[in-house]
Amino acid sequence: MLELSPAEWTAVELSLRIALVATAWALPFGIAIGWLLARGKFWGKTVLDGLVHLPLVLPPVVTGYLLLMWFGRKGAVGAFLYDHFGVVFAFRWTGAALASGVMGFPLLVRPIRLALEAIDRRLEDAAATLGANPALVFFTVTLPLALPGIVAGVLLCFARALGEFGATITFVSNIPGETQTISAAIYTFLQIPDGDAAAGRLVVVAIVLSLTALIAAEWLGRRASARFHGE
Amino acid sequence: MIVLALEVEKQLGALRLAVRFQIAGGVTAVFGPSGAGKTSLVNMIAGLLKPDRGSIVLDNTVLFDATKAINVPPHRRRIGYVFQEGRLFPHLSVRQNLDYGRRMSGQPRDLTEFERIASLLGVTHLLQRRPRMLSGGERQRVAIGRALLMQPRLLLLDEPLASLDAGHKGEILPYLVRLRDEAAIPMVYVSHIAAEVRQIATSVVRLDEGRVLAAGGLELLAEAG
Repeated sequence: MLELSPAEWTAVELSLRIALVATAWALPFGIAIGWLLARGKFWGKTVLDGLVHLPLVLPPVVTGYLLLMWFGRKGAVGAFLYDHFGVVFAFRWTGAALASGVMGFPLLVRPIRLALEAIDRRLEDAAATLGANPALVFFTVTLPLALPGIVAGVLLCFARALGEFGATITFVSNIPGETQTISAAIYTFLQIPDGDAAAGRLVVVAIVLSLTALIAAEWLGRRASARFHGE
Repeated sequence: MIVLALEVEKQLGALRLAVRFQIAGGVTAVFGPSGAGKTSLVNMIAGLLKPDRGSIVLDNTVLFDATKAINVPPHRRRIGYVFQEGRLFPHLSVRQNLDYGRRMSGQPRDLTEFERIASLLGVTHLLQRRPRMLSGGERQRVAIGRALLMQPRLLLLDEPLASLDAGHKGEILPYLVRLRDEAAIPMVYVSHIAAEVRQIATSVVRLDEGRVLAAGGLELLAEAG
């Protein structure tokens, strides 16, 4: 059986917490942006689409650097958030969650957008004639019909957040117990003599977690689509 | 008594829809060839399509008036709509589909009425199923029940038999006739098939190329040939 040291456990626990918080915070924004991209007709839509996908194509180090500039204690957004809400991102696990969320965001938005585009708008009209106001139409028809896409996006974002390395280490460094996730810990262990065993254990954990997320995605996706097509 | 008074104009691509008529109770057939603007017309009554000009008045309530900038949104019109393709919600069971209108408008649960409509349309044994598992005829009966259970002031039926084969058409018509005779809900029945209209309608509005050719009794069908 796999015996993890307390320090390794800390990295695992931290990774899971960061990925969960990142995904949970990203989800409402992901649905909103996905909806705008699928349904919106406005000037600058292409720009928004490009911005959303930017973390996918930029070197992660660049994303991390930009986050450091904007969300650091002296950055425009970071200073504002600290002054008004007391939120600190720099060198904290919250910053790691922000970096992971930003990196996972394009993977979250894309399936949601596609699912929303695939919805038969006439069903929403039918709901309206049955007395549902626009908000109720969204929550009782649009959102449930987009559920398979939302589930896929959430799992992809979670998996991406779990493995994020470049942007996180650039933005919030590699502090054990605060910002040292599984990936960062593996990297660190590989830099020190006799670190191979510890790195190997964390590699196994990373594989198990990723596979679990993948299987969960498959299972949830099937369940969601069975709701529409099955008994 | 006038139930629905309507005078609307709308440019739809090459077709200019300019229609004016009034209906009393019973079943009014909007009868005409495809492309005459029938579906656009009922969409305007339901509030899904906005006319360019004119007014729509239901039971003395103004639903639309271009000059006064009144346009009641569909969810506040309380007009039942049975679509050509049913449009049942695929993620909900038959029971939840039937119950949808009541839930959305926040009316209290009325089990007696629910069971009365469900048995009137012969869908009691289907309540637990998903729309996917229904035949075309069953789907349309559920769609009719769903529209009825929202307690509409007016029921619109847009070629409700069009998507069904001959055998299933015969399965639905008797239900509609019963509905006409038992329920006091005025209906607008859109169709291009004279035989269908003859069985169900009490009055006829003949529509072609966006205009009303004639409005009156069933004798108008004979003229149509």
